[in-house]
Amino acid sequence: MITFTPRDKVSNSWTLIGPILSIILTVIFGLLIFTFLGFDPAETLYQIFISPFSRIDRVSDIFVKACPLIIVGIGLMFCFRANVWNIGAEGQFIMGTLLAGSFALLFPNVETKLLLLCMFFVGFLGGALWAFIPAILKTKLNVNEILVSLMLVYVAMLFIDFIVRGPLRDPMSFGFPLSKPYSDGALINKISFPGIGYLGQLHYGILFIILLIPLAWVFNNKTLAGFQINVLGSAPKAARFAGFSRERITMSVLLLSGGLAGVAGVIEVSANIGQLQPEVSFGYGFTAIIVAFLGRLSPVGILFAGIIIATVKLGADNAQMTMGIPKVVTGLFEGILLFFLLTGETLQKYKIKWSWNK
Amino acid sequence: MESLILTIIATSIPLLMAATGELITEKSGVLNLGVEGMMLSGAVGALGAVLWLENPYFGIIAGAMSGLFMACIFSVFTINFMTNQVATGLGLTIFATGLTGLAGAPLVGKTIPSLPKIEIFLLSDIPFIGNILFKQDLVAYLSICIIILITYFLKYSKPGIILRAVGDNHVSAHSVGYPVKKIRWYATCFGGMCAGIGGAYIPLVLTPHWSEGMTAGRGWIALALVVFASWIPWRIIVGALIFGGITIAQLVGQARGWPIPSQILSMMPYLATIIALTIISSRISKNNSVVPASLGKPFFDTQ
Repeated sequence: MITFTPRDKVSNSWTLIGPILSIILTVIFGLLIFTFLGFDPAETLYQIFISPFSRIDRVSDIFVKACPLIIVGIGLMFCFRANVWNIGAEGQFIMGTLLAGSFALLFPNVETKLLLLCMFFVGFLGGALWAFIPAILKTKLNVNEILVSLMLVYVAMLFIDFIVRGPLRDPMSFGFPLSKPYSDGALINKISFPGIGYLGQLHYGILFIILLIPLAWVFNNKTLAGFQINVLGSAPKAARFAGFSRERITMSVLLLSGGLAGVAGVIEVSANIGQLQPEVSFGYGFTAIIVAFLGRLSPVGILFAGIIIATVKLGADNAQMTMGIPKVVTGLFEGILLFFLLTGETLQKYKIKWSWNK
Repeated sequence: MESLILTIIATSIPLLMAATGELITEKSGVLNLGVEGMMLSGAVGALGAVLWLENPYFGIIAGAMSGLFMACIFSVFTINFMTNQVATGLGLTIFATGLTGLAGAPLVGKTIPSLPKIEIFLLSDIPFIGNILFKQDLVAYLSICIIILITYFLKYSKPGIILRAVGDNHVSAHSVGYPVKKIRWYATCFGGMCAGIGGAYIPLVLTPHWSEGMTAGRGWIALALVVFASWIPWRIIVGALIFGGITIAQLVGQARGWPIPSQILSMMPYLATIIALTIISSRISKNNSVVPASLGKPFFDTQ
């Protein structure tokens, strides 16, 4: 029999131990499942967690993979802090990419990077517009934002598929569902290090994260808006007494997270793909939910969480190539990780006591 | 016409089963966002069992057991460890997507026999109606029985009323002496088994082979159906048939070459869900009493 007793104040040591212990437990459980299903645990462990660090260009690819996860994760952080459940970041990512991509294709011969700057704004707008649907339904009609934002993911996936196979299909694509390639002004270049050259796919989009994380930290900890978000999430009654508008905060965090998901899409496609295709996201919007939680809803935490999850994703790619383990197994790890993280949150607030007699 | 109606019914059964189970779970105050994951594991469990034991009926049992297994995981974390229900449910769906992808990989490309139809003596001879209503498979009959049973259970039976009390005010229910956590465990497990059977129905009747993520959002639509039904069991039948109808209508549209792009037609069930939710939610927000008042709130046991 386990009993919980509330702690007098939130345990600080658990705030740090929780995520680390969760990761260790996840690895143990994951390996048990793999062994049970007949895969060699040592080889799996190596492929998923060690192989992404085995070469310097692979290490830089971790950052490339982490980039969209961190940006979307930061956006979701605002929502989850306010207890608003946007789980449709995947759709907002797609719509931001699509709108910015269509915009870029209007200017086929532009060399200046001003175009890229505009795409950031258009991408933000696209993502925010898609998040506006659950936001307005939630604030005006009290429609559950979880279900609406999720349904819109399916709609967005079908919509980009339609656009890329239909109106925006490149006639020169030999029947492949691809748009025309972006012009140079719409592309994000790879970083060329003096003396070394390119490091994997490492690109200048990373700079956006370096800008975003301190901004998000300041917003959370030093601004009134950030404070209002925290209060609404942790003590809704206090927020009501203080006169904070629930509607306005809900609307703002949804638009902000949708917009950031859109920007993440612009960076991802402009840096790595360079044209529109039916599949642009590969589940970043869903994975970012785990990233936001693993990062304890704090910007610096999300940075590390993004890197850890990106490592596992790349590791799973390697495991698929070398061992034939389906790539979706990352979901297995993400799910278990989330379970343990949430349990850690309970242990932050409650002391646990074991006793064998009821 | 007749075959069209039969397809609509078949399409709505998984939704009906999963939504019915979720209704009971939610009535006890637990919001389970893992329905999609439970359906997926039900589907893969059913496929595996039928391939192994070569009898479709074992598919139903295996589906229920797989859903139950997922429900146990969900209950341990949300009920015992008091984790956030929304996040845990999402986690469960993500977990199940990974697990079923792994477990389903060896099943790819294999087909299973369909669930046999059972003709009900004499009634199945009624023209038209007999073919539609009384030549169905076991799960179809089962789903209707469950709806009738839970209507009675929630309205007239003592355990049903206790279940509702737990979902409406867990603090009061606890202080009167009802075991809140145990009741929620049972309700969640029932929901998991129903979702598992609903998931099992997809390979057993609709598409007889495995593909990753083959539930295609049905678990989420089932969640929306519970809201659509305003937590009243029989309305789930209406909702499930409407969604089944829309899904089949867009497939028919694609097959007959309607001048609308297929992707736009495929959006219909999802858009319909949003529209239905909007209409019902605005009505519910005027009369809040239909929503279980403790829905989604973890219960802390002060002993």
